[in-house]
Amino acid sequence: MRALHCRHAVALHVVGAVKAALKLVDLTVSYDRHPAVHHVSAEIPAAEMTALVGPNGAGKSSLLKAMMGLAPRIEGRIECSARRIAYLPQQAEIDRSFPISVLDTVLLGRWSRFGAFGKANKADVHDAHHAIDSVGLGGFERRPIDTLSVGQFQRVLFARLLLQDADLVLLDEPFAAIDAKTVTDLMDVIRRWRSEQRTVIAVLHDLDQVRRDFPNSLLMARELVASGPTVGVLSSENLLRARAMAEAWDEHAGACEMPLRQSA
Amino acid sequence: MHDLLIAPFADFGFMKRALVACLCLSLGGSSIGVFLILRRMSLMGDALAHALLPGAALGFLLGGLSLPAMSLGGFLAGIMTALVSGAIARFTSMREDASFAAAYLTALALGVLIVSLRGSAVDLMNILFGAILAVDNQAMFLIGGTTTLTLVGLAAIYRPLVVECFNPGFLAAMGVRGAFYHYLFLGLAVLNMVAAFQALGTLMALGLMLLPAVAASFWSREVWSMTAIAAPMAFLSGAIGLLVSFHAGLPSGPVIVLVASLFFLGSLLFGSRASVRARLSRPVHLRG
Repeated sequence: MRALHCRHAVALHVVGAVKAALKLVDLTVSYDRHPAVHHVSAEIPAAEMTALVGPNGAGKSSLLKAMMGLAPRIEGRIECSARRIAYLPQQAEIDRSFPISVLDTVLLGRWSRFGAFGKANKADVHDAHHAIDSVGLGGFERRPIDTLSVGQFQRVLFARLLLQDADLVLLDEPFAAIDAKTVTDLMDVIRRWRSEQRTVIAVLHDLDQVRRDFPNSLLMARELVASGPTVGVLSSENLLRARAMAEAWDEHAGACEMPLRQSA
Repeated sequence: MHDLLIAPFADFGFMKRALVACLCLSLGGSSIGVFLILRRMSLMGDALAHALLPGAALGFLLGGLSLPAMSLGGFLAGIMTALVSGAIARFTSMREDASFAAAYLTALALGVLIVSLRGSAVDLMNILFGAILAVDNQAMFLIGGTTTLTLVGLAAIYRPLVVECFNPGFLAAMGVRGAFYHYLFLGLAVLNMVAAFQALGTLMALGLMLLPAVAASFWSREVWSMTAIAAPMAFLSGAIGLLVSFHAGLPSGPVIVLVASLFFLGSLLFGSRASVRARLSRPVHLRG
């Protein structure tokens, strides 16, 4: 099986002093012709924590899917310098009643090494135990995942992300329905990724948390509202504008007249 | 005792062959059954088994009561149904279970019609309900080969199949086409139904796969242990069913499936997890 590489790999872009991990160029993602992400252009700095903020239905999840190459139809471009991407989708996409142990679930993080047929070696198992310890689940290795609480299961998924050893980590609402203690612990993991020069992009709804922990933000409502340092992006004018845009969505819109710009 | 349990198998070649056929079908079929349950596809599996009928009937129309013709026809019909239902579900907003139901009802009606074109009611009964006591050497090779292929095949695709069941999105994010393994699995499932239909008929081919697997889910909760419990249950159902049908002069297919149902019922009542007994016993909760 092929290891996970960014599908649009190009050399690092130098934007001012900050290297961009990702560059979105006039990106449109649509389902059944309805755009979920509409003509978005933005740059996401490397080795930095970026929060993806916006109202429900703003296209945040679709944007992450597009970055993973999982969106059905995209126009425009995503330029990406990451070697390997890890992706945490929303929990709904996992069958939590499936009979699989915590250790096996975490070990899957090494899929890009052993693939469908290879063997998990001693180092993989050792790293998996270490990852389980570092998300605070030591001793849970043999437990089947259907005995875990929502918070514990999210810790398992973070342990799996740890094992993926990615330089770009995409998190889709990682803290939905999670208690404060778990959020604190998992934020420590995210900060450690940043200190290891990994890029983190997280979809978040708690604006206080974004202001506190994420130096960089991208605010969108299908279209880009603002991106850059969080202080400026999450201004009350911008948030108001995002809300107004969300209320004006027309589910029966005609074809988009805006020509696709030829991007440089 | 000897006369009751051993003699029928020792004295009659057809009983020996039937027993070996049951052993093979239990080994391969129960692991398929466990995955069908875990994928929440038990009813879709049933629909798939019914869908073999027009293919088997067409083989019967062209080649008479010939095993290769009917098996090949059944296999092709099963694969076609799986592919077409999958494609319908993907290209329209119809859910896959609904498209399976539509496909198998069509197939069943078509199959009965085709058999009635040429065959007698006895032929139809044979195809619908099977005749395990008529399992010949040719059928033995088909059943044995299917079991071998199933066990080797499942072992090979075990990991991607498990991840496809449990977290298909992760597999997609790893750049693996989960649908490929899904269809390989369906192919193996159809192959097992074809092997079983000579013995148990298209209507009950799934009985020996699914009932023991469902019963096993009341005893354990790991893929491997469920299979390890389901396979012996399936084999015992086969052996007991054969003996009962031999002594009582009853048709073997339904008896075998009914014995499997008894295992299911027993597990449902007395199993160690999520069973009626476990629900009623209310053990004292732990301190922490």
